[in-house]
Amino acid sequence: MFIIKYIKDVFGAVKSLATGMKRTMYYFTHHKEIITEQYPDNRATLDLPERFKGEVVMPHNENNEHRCTGCQACELACPNGTIKVIFKNELNAEGKKKKAIDKLVYHLELCTMCNLCIIACPSDAIKMAQTFEHSVFDRSQLTKILNNPGSKIMDGVE
Amino acid sequence: MWSFSHIANEMHEGLSATFNPTMTLIIEMVIAGVAVIGLFAGLGLVLVIMERKVSAWMQIRLGPNRVGPKGMLQSLADTLKLIVKEGLTPNGADKFLFNLAPFIAMIVAMLLMAPIAFARDFQLWDLNIGVLYVSAVSSIMVISILMAGWASNNKYSLMGAMRSGAQIVSYELSAGLSILAIVVLTGSLSLSDIIHSQADGWWIFKGHIPVLIAFVTFIIAVTAETNRAPFDLAEAESELTAGFHTEYSGMKFALFFLAEYVNVFIVCAIGATLFLGGWMPFHIGNWQGFNHVMDYIPSSLWFFGKTFFLIFVIMWFRWTFPRLRIDQLLNLEWKYLLPISMFNLLLVTLMAIMGWHF
Repeated sequence: MFIIKYIKDVFGAVKSLATGMKRTMYYFTHHKEIITEQYPDNRATLDLPERFKGEVVMPHNENNEHRCTGCQACELACPNGTIKVIFKNELNAEGKKKKAIDKLVYHLELCTMCNLCIIACPSDAIKMAQTFEHSVFDRSQLTKILNNPGSKIMDGVE
Repeated sequence: MWSFSHIANEMHEGLSATFNPTMTLIIEMVIAGVAVIGLFAGLGLVLVIMERKVSAWMQIRLGPNRVGPKGMLQSLADTLKLIVKEGLTPNGADKFLFNLAPFIAMIVAMLLMAPIAFARDFQLWDLNIGVLYVSAVSSIMVISILMAGWASNNKYSLMGAMRSGAQIVSYELSAGLSILAIVVLTGSLSLSDIIHSQADGWWIFKGHIPVLIAFVTFIIAVTAETNRAPFDLAEAESELTAGFHTEYSGMKFALFFLAEYVNVFIVCAIGATLFLGGWMPFHIGNWQGFNHVMDYIPSSLWFFGKTFFLIFVIMWFRWTFPRLRIDQLLNLEWKYLLPISMFNLLLVTLMAIMGWHF
């Protein structure tokens, strides 16, 4: 019946509005929920969410070894040509020539932090770091080489 | 004892002793005017910082916290900025109306201050049709908004002004009907009579559910009348830039801004007077001891406490609810609030005739 629906509408509206007001009142009275970071002041204790992405880095172990095989999957996955893989030939233990990366060039100024390269990488060689203070005085300093000088591929990574 | 009425009486006697009655009246009027302007300035500063802090805490933010202790001087800094800014008048605007509109908004707010009782026996003008006066004068507000929107020669302004017109004209009805509920129970239009009728309990407690419904309708309707979110269609930042005050800058903008906050204060003061007993302390029937303790709290504190509670409720609405569309807004008024408040008025009348209230 019309009048019953009308009254139900009114009570339903009041109930849903009250639910919203309860939530905002909870936030109003619970100041520990505040998520604002007062950034330059709390630089030492900055609390970034886990999903925050700042730049692409390549982790190295203590022997200066990385996991990158030079498969170029990241280069292909990148939508705007941020990553460029440069190769060199290396001799392995049996004296055979083997392809390895010379430089993995990363253009931070082009990167949109879309995370597609990290998803594409089959050997988990690169990851997203949470550093974000990237401002420099010259654009050329934004072109980074991700592998350390003299680094090698880790044993057992194909 | 120090009270507002005591100070006012002392002042009156002091002036009467030195000047003739006409001169006394003129000087008293000037003092009252200066006091009202001072109250406006104070309210503007306090309410702006209150709004910003309340909104920040409700949205899990910190809010202004740099200027002064805990950011409490932020609104003072904002005012200083607005004062030194240039008050621009656009080339295509109707210059006279454009410059007149902010002053009309302020004058309406000032006129509405007249019948409000701020403390026991402390009222600028205790006229016998106070409630009628308030509801009549508050509708002049729409003239200033329409004037600003029309004179700006700007599509956004005009659209905002037209929406505001539709909104204020329709919400005046349910605001008026919910005020009528109290008038029916009290049998008087004078605000001081209404306050005195609540000496043994505020109407919101004495009047059972019908008065509670009237109170809720009143709060919704005045939120719409003061053009505040969720009914801020006249400004609608996301659609109309700033609505009717898009073209205003500097002090002329500040006057509109101030008028909005003063209007919020006034409607909350009226709501507190009608439903929560104005300056009347919280009394429960015949509990002499309890009532006596409550009487020790100054009446002005009671009035401002209740008013600021209602202001907080209206701010709470603003930072919780999303904005309504214009058709939803008019639906809410004409299909829900108006029928409900008409039926409710009938109930209240029955209650008043049968004497079912306490």
